[in-house]
Amino acid sequence: MTSPPVLHLNGLTKTFGSVQAAQSISLELFKGEVLALLGENGAGKTTLMNMLFGHYMPDSGTIDIFDTSGTAKPLQLGNPQAAIAAGIGMVHQHFTLAENLDALDNIMLGSERFFDFRRNKTKAMQKVQKIMDDSGLAAPMNIPVGKLTVGERQRVEILKALYQDVKILVLDEPTAVLTPQEADKLFENITTMTKNGLSVIFISHKLREVLAFSNRIAVLRHGRKVGEISSKEANERKIARLMVGEETEISSRKKMKSGEAVLELDNLTISGSSKRESISNVNLIVKKHEILGIAGISGNGQTVLANAISGLLKPSSGKIKLESEILISNDPSNIIQAGVGRIPEDRHKDGIVGQMTVAENMILEDLSNKRIQSRGLLNREAIIQHCEDLSVKYDVRGPGANASARLLSGGNIQKLILARVFEAAPKLILANQPTRGLDMGAAADVANRLLEARQRGSGVILISEDLDEILSLSDRIMVIYDGELKAVETHDRETIGLMMAGEAA
Amino acid sequence: MIRIEPRNTNSAIFSYGVPILSALVALILASIPLWFAGAPVLVSYVEMAKGVFGSKFAFSEMLTRATPLMFTGLAAALAFRAKLWNIGAEGQLYLGAMAAVAVGTGVLEAPAFILVPIIILFGCAAGSVGMVVPAFLKTRYGADEVVTTLLLNFIILIFLQYMLEGPLKDPMGLGWPQSSPILDQGMLPPLMERMRVHSGLLIAVACALIAQFMLVRSVWGFKLRAVGENVFAARHAGIKVNRTILGAAIASGALAGMAGVSEVAGLKGYLTSDLSPGFGYAGIIVAMLAGLSPIGVVISALFIASVFVGADSMSRAMGVSSYLADLVVSTSLLCVLIGGFFARFKLVKTSVKGQN
Repeated sequence: MTSPPVLHLNGLTKTFGSVQAAQSISLELFKGEVLALLGENGAGKTTLMNMLFGHYMPDSGTIDIFDTSGTAKPLQLGNPQAAIAAGIGMVHQHFTLAENLDALDNIMLGSERFFDFRRNKTKAMQKVQKIMDDSGLAAPMNIPVGKLTVGERQRVEILKALYQDVKILVLDEPTAVLTPQEADKLFENITTMTKNGLSVIFISHKLREVLAFSNRIAVLRHGRKVGEISSKEANERKIARLMVGEETEISSRKKMKSGEAVLELDNLTISGSSKRESISNVNLIVKKHEILGIAGISGNGQTVLANAISGLLKPSSGKIKLESEILISNDPSNIIQAGVGRIPEDRHKDGIVGQMTVAENMILEDLSNKRIQSRGLLNREAIIQHCEDLSVKYDVRGPGANASARLLSGGNIQKLILARVFEAAPKLILANQPTRGLDMGAAADVANRLLEARQRGSGVILISEDLDEILSLSDRIMVIYDGELKAVETHDRETIGLMMAGEAA
Repeated sequence: MIRIEPRNTNSAIFSYGVPILSALVALILASIPLWFAGAPVLVSYVEMAKGVFGSKFAFSEMLTRATPLMFTGLAAALAFRAKLWNIGAEGQLYLGAMAAVAVGTGVLEAPAFILVPIIILFGCAAGSVGMVVPAFLKTRYGADEVVTTLLLNFIILIFLQYMLEGPLKDPMGLGWPQSSPILDQGMLPPLMERMRVHSGLLIAVACALIAQFMLVRSVWGFKLRAVGENVFAARHAGIKVNRTILGAAIASGALAGMAGVSEVAGLKGYLTSDLSPGFGYAGIIVAMLAGLSPIGVVISALFIASVFVGADSMSRAMGVSSYLADLVVSTSLLCVLIGGFFARFKLVKTSVKGQN
């Protein structure tokens, strides 16, 4: 690399209690470069960036910033102001914009003095316009941010960082909320910006985009840097191996003839208090031996649809039929009895009772089972035995059957829920964002379990934002946008992406 | 720099240690005003202990005082476990007492083995009604039960005064606002000769054991705990949340009503509007001090009764105000709340290496 360095992290270490979040990580960043930071959840990516940005105080290590003449200057640690002054900008995964202010106000917010009676919006607008022209990032400046699309909001976030004259821009999972088209546009803009001299650190766990758009890839695992490769020499297999240490593979989907219909939704309509909470005239059929993937950006009605099938919400009109029998649908216990297994979107909130034990959580949906209770009294030995059997079978690892479920890691909580759901041998499985926030190992486990269930003859509804997951697992795909569900005949990424953005394919 | 971090484990030492330590710290803190009042601290506490353990009579008085606290403490503990904030035990206590005198003062003539269970049944049922109404308003209309149960206390108290001036008034009572006495065969039998401690204590301890067993071992208790700890997951898992809350309300109200029965049919014999010096509210402290464990309620009720009875006798011997008892009880609650924080979080000293 011929361009001069702009940033040097030297041996940054951070521990939280007994967890080594970052162990002596060193990184270099060069001018005009896109460095991708890859790693599973909990690998230390965000911890590292929070130390760079001054949110966390490293236990040891230093950070050097290089000025234009190429001399290194140490950055004051644990001080966000110092990081901003040194030209470091960060765009978080979750936006930090004030929704009732317009984009320009949001951009100026934070870089103005507190008492300033002559706000010069014209001058600010000129500066923003110049940044927009240079970078190709465009967003309407004069309407409240709350009315902008997710992609536009993200551009406002980036503009806000650029407005403060950053030289180093950190993007934390910028594509998590974008459609493929929006993501491509973002990468185009990033390419333009780096040509103008900006350096970008790009956090992601999507291998495809990392390979396509970065110059260099650094891989973190368990708080250590385990590898650094030039993107030209990398391929998905190579990186995946670095990320997880060993190869985890999703067992391939065998061709299978789907059977008769398990679940039928007949003109299901739910009129919620807002558009996000409504769906209109949803029709779908899930058959035996079939995974139906429902793709869509979060907030387009998935949650309501899932809640209706889970029995948490009463439809305004329409029917839910399981094997041609109409389900009374505002009673979850009725739904469970009928043979529907549900993997909830928010596993901490809806999936487990954190203060109760692992064993108790295993039987949460099965309290009428004569194996664990008789005449209203619980059989403790049977419950513990049941938990230990399932923990082995579903590989739930944790401090034991009698420990609080909240002490389990996210992946193990999901395995606990899988154990509970799959042991009931459900006819239909509703998996809502089942791999969100899981590391690759746990995500592969979830995928394999879903494929197994399909093999056994269950019908599966897979709701996910992760298009790669939908494409690799589903027999049929539907797209949900703005409360409406549409069937897609192809597995074509481009077409589905357009439909996710609401444009007719 | 000091940082606060959540603890990863629930150690048993904390769940038992925090309440005991809190009680001790409260006694130590209370010695400051005692010292200001000019009383020798150690001697005062010895007097206090004597007031509880000094004689058979003193000890029996403490047990008498602990009995209603056990009932109201259990009422609070069960409801709080389901995150149903029953602040209305005081009112439910009076409902129970009113029902007891309504059936126990001569309407029914029956031998003790029939009349006593009937009085208890009516008292518990009345207390339940007093809690089921707010619970219904909560589950059906989303009315905050803290507000409804608290305000019901005052409504019930006024209703009680009306009843004592009207339908329940003792015609032989020389015009005092008090009820007729409960029939002799309707009284809970005393436990010791010439002492006031009565068999309500045994019922209270039995209730605690049953409550503990039900919470830990029954499906009913499982559902109650699940709803209390995470209502969303409980609902998602098919547990009928409203039914569970109503069940907790019935049990909680019945226990509070039983406190009233025990006071009126075990101790006083007739009902006045000052039957309870705030047993309903003190029950909340008893339950919190016990960490909402039914067995713990028995122990913390004994502790709080000891403080009250002991402070009375200390006040007589040393000439300091018996309000000190309130001070000890309330400081111990504060200590438990603070201690509860340290049971969940720990302070970690962090080094500031790497600072330029």
